[in-house]
Amino acid sequence: MYSILKAEALASNIYLMVVKAPRVAKHCLPGQFVIVKADEVGERIPLTICDYDREAGTITIVFQPVGASTEKFTKLKAGDAFEDFVGPLGRPSELCTDDLEEVKKKRILFVAGGVGTAPVYPQVKWLHEHGISADVIVGAKTKDLIILEKELQEVSGNLYITTDDGSYGRHGMVTKVIDDLVAEGKEYDLAVAIGPMIMMKFCCLTTKKYGIPTVVSMNPIMVDGTGMCGACRLMVGDEVKFACVDGPEFDGHLIDFDACMKRQQLYKTEEGRALLKLREGDTHHGGCGHCGGDK
Amino acid sequence: MADVLKRVPVREQAPKVRAANFDEVCLGYNQEEATEEASRCLGCKKAKCVEGCPVNIDIPAFIHQVKEGNIEEAYQIISQSSALPAICGRVCPQESQCEGKCIRGIKGDPISIGKLERFVADWARENGIKPQAPTQKNGKKVAVIGSGPSGLTCAGDLAKLGYDVTIFEALHKAGGVLVYGIPEFRLPKDKVVAAEVENVKSLGVKIETNVIIGKSVTIDELMEEEGFEAVFIGSGAGLPMFMGIPGEQANGVFSANEYLTRNNLMHAFDENYDTPIVHGKKVAVVGGGNVAMDAARTALRLGAEVHIVYRRSEAELPARVEEVHHAKEEGVIFDLLTNPKEILVDENDHVKGIRLIRMELGEPDASGRRRPVEIPGSEYEVEVDTVIMSLGTSPNPLISSTTVGLDTNRRKCIIADEETGKTSKDGVYAGGDAVTGAATVILAMGAGKAAAKGIHEFLSNK
Repeated sequence: MYSILKAEALASNIYLMVVKAPRVAKHCLPGQFVIVKADEVGERIPLTICDYDREAGTITIVFQPVGASTEKFTKLKAGDAFEDFVGPLGRPSELCTDDLEEVKKKRILFVAGGVGTAPVYPQVKWLHEHGISADVIVGAKTKDLIILEKELQEVSGNLYITTDDGSYGRHGMVTKVIDDLVAEGKEYDLAVAIGPMIMMKFCCLTTKKYGIPTVVSMNPIMVDGTGMCGACRLMVGDEVKFACVDGPEFDGHLIDFDACMKRQQLYKTEEGRALLKLREGDTHHGGCGHCGGDK
Repeated sequence: MADVLKRVPVREQAPKVRAANFDEVCLGYNQEEATEEASRCLGCKKAKCVEGCPVNIDIPAFIHQVKEGNIEEAYQIISQSSALPAICGRVCPQESQCEGKCIRGIKGDPISIGKLERFVADWARENGIKPQAPTQKNGKKVAVIGSGPSGLTCAGDLAKLGYDVTIFEALHKAGGVLVYGIPEFRLPKDKVVAAEVENVKSLGVKIETNVIIGKSVTIDELMEEEGFEAVFIGSGAGLPMFMGIPGEQANGVFSANEYLTRNNLMHAFDENYDTPIVHGKKVAVVGGGNVAMDAARTALRLGAEVHIVYRRSEAELPARVEEVHHAKEEGVIFDLLTNPKEILVDENDHVKGIRLIRMELGEPDASGRRRPVEIPGSEYEVEVDTVIMSLGTSPNPLISSTTVGLDTNRRKCIIADEETGKTSKDGVYAGGDAVTGAATVILAMGAGKAAAKGIHEFLSNK
């Protein structure tokens, strides 16, 4: 069992947990992820590592409940535990493994969308600790969904916040901020975009326009997360890759996002049913199975 | 009077009933049936069956004890050679091993050695008989990577010799292919696999799950920082292959590994569990091995019409005869001498069909099997909504790529001595599918045994 030392809501419907997992904490690097399973009947869910403390042997995860399994996670409190917590999985961000002198020469822009801010944070923090200051754009639908602002402020070069509805920071999508920064004369050698697939897709279309190489962190369906099943496979250019072992970070300009988004829909109805069942129990909506549904 | 040339039939669930549930198909012998079958054994002095068993169980000796009604004695005889008899009795391809060599098989049916082994192991479990734990520990630590058949066997043998053994397993449950691959209807998970794992633990073996060697910790760290004096790698061959044909990325195309893992390890067939699975209406399983049969019979139980698509003929099917027979009885349809060319997809990128081509058998290839050749112009399309690729697996390069000085061959298999399991790295041993590529449970167990002996010799002379 893996103890939960801290559990808190970062925003409405976004949760942060600090989990005791010494083997993961000892080896992980930014860009890697863990697979988490709540209990005996639980599903294995991949979550990107948001922060880690090697001394304390802890990993910080941030998640947004979107289905029955992540909804179940929100019920856990400090003092509870996950039955399974395995990692670190996937390859670390190349920024943390490439030659440091080469990385230092780069002008880097991070683009974070919604809960994707969580996996961006450790990368920016790692660069900051190695004397590299990267610019960061954080976008969210509305003010209440902005997370980790203070933490990012401490480690970013320039931090640009934007909301779709203009309730905080700039007004508009993250792609608009990219356009604006380029128009202001900012130059970047590398962009890293992490967030919902649709947001990464449009970021890539934007950066391609300006010829900025762009790395994205893909989040396909996974089961084991160790390369033994291929559930997370995707095309990168002409090659089949398994996101769990070859990624999750890839060259965003080589990804067919439309195909990846269709793959994510595979279990939509099953997921919907499971979530309803969890929220509404053995009721009509929860799928009682007796009444034959609406006529 | 029973016909001594015929084996005592084993009770099974009726095909129509079992095709709709995940309960074990074969019900096994009761004591009376086992005694009768055991009495057919001629008790050969130079028994061929023993040679046919990869771990050389003293078969005539244990069968003699079954005949005499001393089942506990029979269990102790098997335990000297095998750590997982309830599993091997169920999943070994006996027709090409022990039973294939049985003298009785020349004129009539060979003795049902597998079913007798299973009877003895099940009886021992039901009567609470455990293998004997060692009385003296030697204080030396050995790490075993992977809790599949080779790892469990190696760990069990080393524990009996007094070693302090820890198994490291990447998944959340121990057992390897026994828990994620082979379905419940062939190998019950709680009743049989979990019980055999408990037996290994009762010898003092510790099992740490959720540890991925090469990621959570490296072999070098285990040896340099955590005090392990030797390591056995039994990490298997779990990397699925795909064909590389158009449409393979579509929704509704699964590797057999994914399909079986969802069902067996994650219990997707049981709605009390959270992991979903797609319930296809018409399923094509590509391949002809045991894994293909397992996937086909699983899809059938989830309510589908199932076709096996195999490029050779029935005689070349690599799956066990018993499994092919069971699959046919349950209603799996065999489309032999056919091969996929393309998977057809609809506007939502979901599988809507498969384009197949008919094959004929040409000249034998290097392996001696007749090579399948496409018949030009024979392509045709079939409507399906799910395709399961069961083309084989290869070893995961994660461990070899993170361990300095560990040599592998072209197929990414770890190079190890067959007799001792010794690899190119001092103190590191390997066996099972990680060395041979995908093979059988019993061969993996044999390799685990050999490596335990190799490690014991190495550490005794150190």
